[in-house]
Formats: sequence, structure tokens, C-alpha cells
Amino acid sequence: MTLSKIETFKENELTLNKTEDDDQFLTFKLSNEMFAIGILNIKEILEYGNLTTVPMMPAFVRGVINLRGAVVPVIDLIARFSSNRSEVTKRTCIVIIEVTTDDDCHVIGVMVDAVSAVLEIPANEIEPPPALGAKIRTDFIHGMGKVDGDFVIILNVDNVLSVDELGMLNQNTESPALER
Amino acid sequence: MELDLSVVLPTFLDESREGLDELETILLHLEHNNVDHDKLNSIFRIAHTIKGSAGMFGLDEIVNFTHVVENFLDKLREGNTNITAELVELLLACGDHIRLLVQIAETQDPLDDLLVKNGSALISKLSILNGPDEDSNVKKDMVPLPDTDTERIDSEHAKNDNWHISLQLSIDTLRNGMEPLSMLHYLETLGEVISITTLGDAIPQNAEMDPESFYLRFEIIFKTTSDKQTIDDAFEFFKEGSHIAILPPNSKVSDYIALIDSSDDDERIGEILVHAGAITQTELNDALSTQYSLHMTSIEKPLGDILVEQRMSYQPVIDAAIVKQTQIRSDKSRDAASVRVDSAKLDLLINLVGELVIASAGTALNAQTTENTMLIESVSTLTTLVEEVRDSALCLRMIPIGATFTRFKRVVHDMSKELGKDIELIITGADTELDKTVVEKISDPLMHLVRNSIDHGIENIDTRQANGKSATGLIKLNAYHDSGCIIIEVNDDGAGLDKQRILTKAIDKGLVQEGQQLEDSDIYNLIFEPGFSTANEVTNISGRGVGMDVVKRNITELRGAIELDSKPGLGTNFRVRLPLTLAIIDGFLIGVSADTFVIPLDLVIECIELKEMNNSLDTSKDYINLRGEVLPLINLRTLLAIEGGLGKRQNIVVVKYGSNKAGIVVDELMGEFQTVIKPLGDIFHNVRAVSGFTVLGNGDVSLILDIPGLIQGAISNQPHILPITA
Repeated sequence: MTLSKIETFKENELTLNKTEDDDQFLTFKLSNEMFAIGILNIKEILEYGNLTTVPMMPAFVRGVINLRGAVVPVIDLIARFSSNRSEVTKRTCIVIIEVTTDDDCHVIGVMVDAVSAVLEIPANEIEPPPALGAKIRTDFIHGMGKVDGDFVIILNVDNVLSVDELGMLNQNTESPALER
Repeated sequence: MELDLSVVLPTFLDESREGLDELETILLHLEHNNVDHDKLNSIFRIAHTIKGSAGMFGLDEIVNFTHVVENFLDKLREGNTNITAELVELLLACGDHIRLLVQIAETQDPLDDLLVKNGSALISKLSILNGPDEDSNVKKDMVPLPDTDTERIDSEHAKNDNWHISLQLSIDTLRNGMEPLSMLHYLETLGEVISITTLGDAIPQNAEMDPESFYLRFEIIFKTTSDKQTIDDAFEFFKEGSHIAILPPNSKVSDYIALIDSSDDDERIGEILVHAGAITQTELNDALSTQYSLHMTSIEKPLGDILVEQRMSYQPVIDAAIVKQTQIRSDKSRDAASVRVDSAKLDLLINLVGELVIASAGTALNAQTTENTMLIESVSTLTTLVEEVRDSALCLRMIPIGATFTRFKRVVHDMSKELGKDIELIITGADTELDKTVVEKISDPLMHLVRNSIDHGIENIDTRQANGKSATGLIKLNAYHDSGCIIIEVNDDGAGLDKQRILTKAIDKGLVQEGQQLEDSDIYNLIFEPGFSTANEVTNISGRGVGMDVVKRNITELRGAIELDSKPGLGTNFRVRLPLTLAIIDGFLIGVSADTFVIPLDLVIECIELKEMNNSLDTSKDYINLRGEVLPLINLRTLLAIEGGLGKRQNIVVVKYGSNKAGIVVDELMGEFQTVIKPLGDIFHNVRAVSGFTVLGNGDVSLILDIPGLIQGAISNQPHILPITA
């Protein structure tokens, strides 16, 4: 792991262009499994805290945070993939991600158990998503990256954090008291 | 020259459009009212200004077309033609055509054939009404006299009613690509050139003569009704290196003196003269620079003398101006009435004020914890000031709704013609102010409502008369303030909504079950459902069934609400309720368990301790008896599924929205809080109980409760409450 980190760093210095960045991924842990997101989508990583819950939202919307004056929603990825909720630990982080849908740009935070490293995964080391056997919806998976003989699931951020879908889901979970 | 154009062109476009808007308003006014000479003068002036400015930019299409219109208006002004509805129609069409031409000038698209055809069709219509076109044969006497004496002859010519222009153009005129002839031609569009004297005395011997240099001088006797600035504008592009003197006719001198006496603001002598039109701004600038250079060589000379010396004006005019100047200096000078500011700058200011409000709330919070009385006191002074800054900053963005209303006049005019209806638009409350952003966003929904009233509301003339109504249908637009909101009403005296038809349609669409009992208001509200349109056929105005639900959605997005009221045969009334501003409001901070929420303060009526009300509290039902009134209760803890035990003391915040009241049960009342509204964003779009976010002083995010939504929910939840008799 350390070795690959150094290598990435070296190459970064040599060729700082966009195509190189395309191959770089932030890996993180969710319930002991490795996931990755392309670093071009990532704005920053914050410590977990100061979250305000929003009522009547599905479990995967943990709440909102104040990001230097802007209100940013925080999505619990474990809850998004399954019915469990993430446990908050010392290593829990919020990764701030930029998602573009149509012409709009949305800033969304995702809650992860722990952030691991920035890795380079060349395109030829990325397998297409498996037709079955994956624990999460296949359209959430961009591909399976091979790192040191193990697979990490590279997420399709646009689908996982599809604003349209996130916005639609809470309609069904609304409190009956508010139905007109 | 390219550079000059690109800098000034936007101003020309803006001014032309403003002028055209005004033209439209006046024309529509003329249609329904008696002919007013002042109004005719105003529209003539508008056409004249557009033509003049377009000439400067060499926009020949606009000049040519507007010229015909202007001539026509001139005739109209002299009372040669009666103003009929057809005429107004024609002039409106002309206005639209000019607008299109202006549009093309902006985009620099080539003229398309259709437009040219339309233009010439309009021109021929105008000339039919205009009678013989005298304009095409402007008299011009070119008298080329290459070797006459160079003595100026203003003593003679200044006595009659003609302007005297003496032009000594820059020697580089031709080299710079200017064509003096085109300028002279343009001059002809402004008035009548009585004579041109060409002075060739500056032409050197053949051997020394440079064919690319310009040696000629012109003395022009010119007859026009235009003012000096307009004449001066004709030479706009020739100014550099040229000496241009425009001397007004003698009869004008008295006019200038009268004008100077009547003007009431400018304080500097030059400005007084410019204001009266006696000299132009450029002449003033020239004279001022002359004065400055004289000053550098330590010669002090009054501006007036310089102006007379440079043959820019007459001594009597200057004298009158000096008298006026002394008079004004003794008076207190008044400030300018208004300033134009870029709206982006205003938005930046509002954002900064928003941050300031949050920061000051944070400071106040920190001051409280220090328990330092001095600090707390000074912070509270600061907070008051910040509040005032906030209010005045928000005021800057407030604009009257009138301009939006006036736009509908044209819509009503055009559409009623198209549909063969006779409709009058009555506007009240045009001065009511609201946030600029709201005005921009409400314009389209209002347009839908007005179109709907014209198309579906007002009946045909025959039907109206058969029903004993006056042939002219009325549409009223009204705006007024009501407890922190603005209410805009669109009211028509048409047929009203057809309850049965709406119901049938709703059953067709599966929105309502057959046999379901609905209240009138519920039936009416069905028209806001998506895909609902009762029009049997699609007209090009409305009837596609996309209108009303979009209207409702747009208004809801502005945190507003729409309600409607209809009486069969008497008409329909739409009432749009909107918040005054979208940016910052006064909030009331409340706490439930560990969570805090904000209620817009405008909606809060009173706060009651729940303990006092124990006697009248029926725990099985969600309402209390508040001084003999039924008050539905909204329990935030259960509604929002908030965990945690009850607070020490329960409180009720009584809120009112429209005609409905409700009590919100909370743990803690935390007092007033200046709330900077952050929009919900797409993810939280469907959350009903929350209308926005805000950032508290300590940096936490808090939720702004959607009181209208909560009240609506509370009421529909218990529709069968009987009134309690106290």
C-alpha cells in the first residue's frame, strides 16, 4: 500500500495532467469493504460532526451540515446500499462530492467509515461490474478495480447520488399526518 | 470607431427598448382615452430619439423605418388624423417592428426577407393614412463656392430662425475612413439644409496637396426643430481634431434664457447651459479644457467668456446662466432622484449582509457566554445596527410591481382583439413593492393567470350581452401588503368556473372517484392538478393543460400560495400570496428536545404556556379552546418523530397564515432570530414540514418550519371539528 502511494505521488509530480487524474481514486471503507470514488469528483474530506437531522427523510439522508455558510446534505452510504445505518466512530468522515446532473452542479456529503488512500488504478485494471453476485445495485458500480490482487468497488457517483432519485424517495416515507 | 460603437451600443439598445415600452403604454392609453396632446408629443419624441441615436450608429434600417413613423406621428401631433383603434394597432405593430430591428442591431444578424417585407408593408400602410409623402423631397441647395472669402457671417444669419453650423473638420478625416458626405446627408434627416457654403481657401498648391487630406470647410445654414444636442450628435464621429461650432438661431437665445430661468437643479454654469441645451456636453468639455490650459499658464478666465470666444454660445445666454447659478448656490442643492446600479452588485451586497447577520448572531451568542456587561451592551447596539443595515439593503431590492402589471396591458389588448372580445384591464396597487427576484419570477405565472382569464374567464360579447352583462369584460389586477406577505389578485367578471365540467374531467382523469363528495373550493382547486385543462379545444393562447399546475408550482417555489374563488356567472378571483423577500426574514427560534427550529416571525401571533391551558386541553384530540376559538394543535415532537423526553414546560406558539390559525407545541421558546434563508435544494424538495435551512450563530444548521404546509395538514387532518361554544 505504502509503495503504491509513493509511486502515485512520483507519477503525479511527473505528469500533472487530467488524463492521469482520471486514473486516481480515493478508497474508503464501508462495513469493512473497500470502495473507491474518482478523485475528480471529490472536493474535500471533513471530520464527522455537527449534523442537523432533517425530519421525514429516508434513513440514508443523515442530515445537513454547514459547509462555510452553504447547507450541504449528508448521505449515509451504508443506508443507501442496504437497510442498516452506519455507526459513528472516531474514524467516520464526511467526503464532500460534486455531482453534476444535466446543467446543475450539486454538492453532497457522503458518510464513510474510514478514508484509506488515494490510489492509481489504470483503466486496464478495471473490470466491468459483475452481472450478479454484487451486494449493491449494479448501476451503482462503475467497475471493479484490481488493487494488490483484491477488488475494490469503484462507485458510479452520478447514480449513487442521483439528486432526482434521492429527492423522489422521500415521498413514500412522508408522515401520514401531513398528507393532504 | 468599432470601439466607440461597442461601448455605447448597449446604452442605445436599453434606451430604445425603454422608449418602445413607453410608446406601447402611451398607445394603449390613447386607445381608451381622449387624445392628449402631451402624450402625442411624448411618442413623437420617443420615435425621434430612436431615429437620432440609430443614425449615430449607422443603423440605416432603423433610421429609415423610424423616420416614416416619426413623420406620421408628426402629422398626428398636428391633429391632421383621428386616432382610431386601427391606427393604434398599426402603431403598435410599428413599435414591434422597431423592436425587432433593434434586436437585430444587437445580435448583428442579417435582416431576413420576412422582416423587410413586414417593414415595407407597415410603411405603405402608414403612407396611405399619411397622405402624400412630402418628406421624400427635402430641399437642398448645395452651393459650392470654392474661393469665396472666409469671413463669417453670423451677424446676418443669426438674426433669422436658422442655425448656423461652421465645420472645420480634421485634416485626417478621410484618412480615418470618415465620409463627410454621409454626415451631411444625415443632417438632412434632422431638418432642412438651407445652404452649404464650402470654403476651399485652405487647399494648398497642387504640388503640396495630399489627396488623402481634407481641406474643405463648411458653413451650413440649417433649419430644424431639433435641439442643439441632436445636431451635435450628427457630428459624433467627426469630433476628433475638428472644430465644430453650432450657433443657435437668434430666436432661440430667448428660449435658452427662459429655460435657464426655469431649470432648478444644476449648480455649475456649464451644466446649466448644457441642461438648457444652449451648449452640448462636448462643447463644455472643450471649453473646460481650454480654461484649464489657460489656468496652467496662470490666466484666469471665466468659462462664459471662453464659450463666447469659441463661438459656442451668445453673451446674453451666458449672462442668464450666471444669474441662475448665483440663485442656485443660495438654494440648497438637491440630490439626484435615483441611481442605476448593476443588480449583480446588489446581490453581492445582500449576500454579504446575510453573512454579516449570521456573524453578528454568533458574536451576540459569544458575548452572552462571557457575561461581560459592557461587551453584551455594545454587541446589542451592533446587532440593532446590523438589523437596520439588513432592512435598508433589502429595501434596495424592492421594486414596485407596477411595471409587471403594465406589461399585461399589451397582452390583454392583443388577445382580446384576437379572440373578438372586448376587455378592459384595471390596475390597482401598482406601487406595491416587493423583492426584485420575486417580481421576476412571478411575472410568468401571472401572465398565465391573465391569459387564462381572457381566454376562459371572459365570455364572448354576445354571451355577455345575452346574460345582461356589459359588453366590455373587466380584468382587475390588484396588489397589496398583508402581514408580511404581498397579495396579488387577478380578478375577472367572466362566467366563473364550471363546477360540473371540472368534476367530470377530474373523474375522467381519475383524479376523483365518482360519487365522491367535494366542497366547492376543493373542486376549484382541481384545476391546479397536472394535465388538467377544461378547454375543449386547444387555442394558441391557453388550453394545453400545462398552465395551471405550472403556475401553482412556480408560486410554491417562491414560498407562496395560490387560492381561488369563483362564482358562477360573476367571475373568478385568483389570489396569489407571496413572501416579501426571499433572502432574510425575522425568525422566531424554538426548541424541541435538542433540535431547534425557526418559525417566520410574521406568522407568529402569540405564545402561550400549555400548563395554563390544561383545563381546556382534551388529550384525545389535537386542539384546544383558545378564548372560545378552536385552535388545532401541531405537536412537533410526534409529527417530526423527534426523540427525547418532554421539556420541563410545554409551550404553544400560535401561528396564522391567511385565515387559518394553529398552535405549535414546542418545548422551548428561544426568541427572535434574524434568519438568512438557505434554499432546500433538490434533495429536500419534497419535504413538507420544512421550507428552508438557516445557519445559527453557533454554526449549526437549523430548519425553517413550513407553517403554511403544517397548518394545511393540521386542518385537513381534522375537518369535522364542531365549534366550541364558550
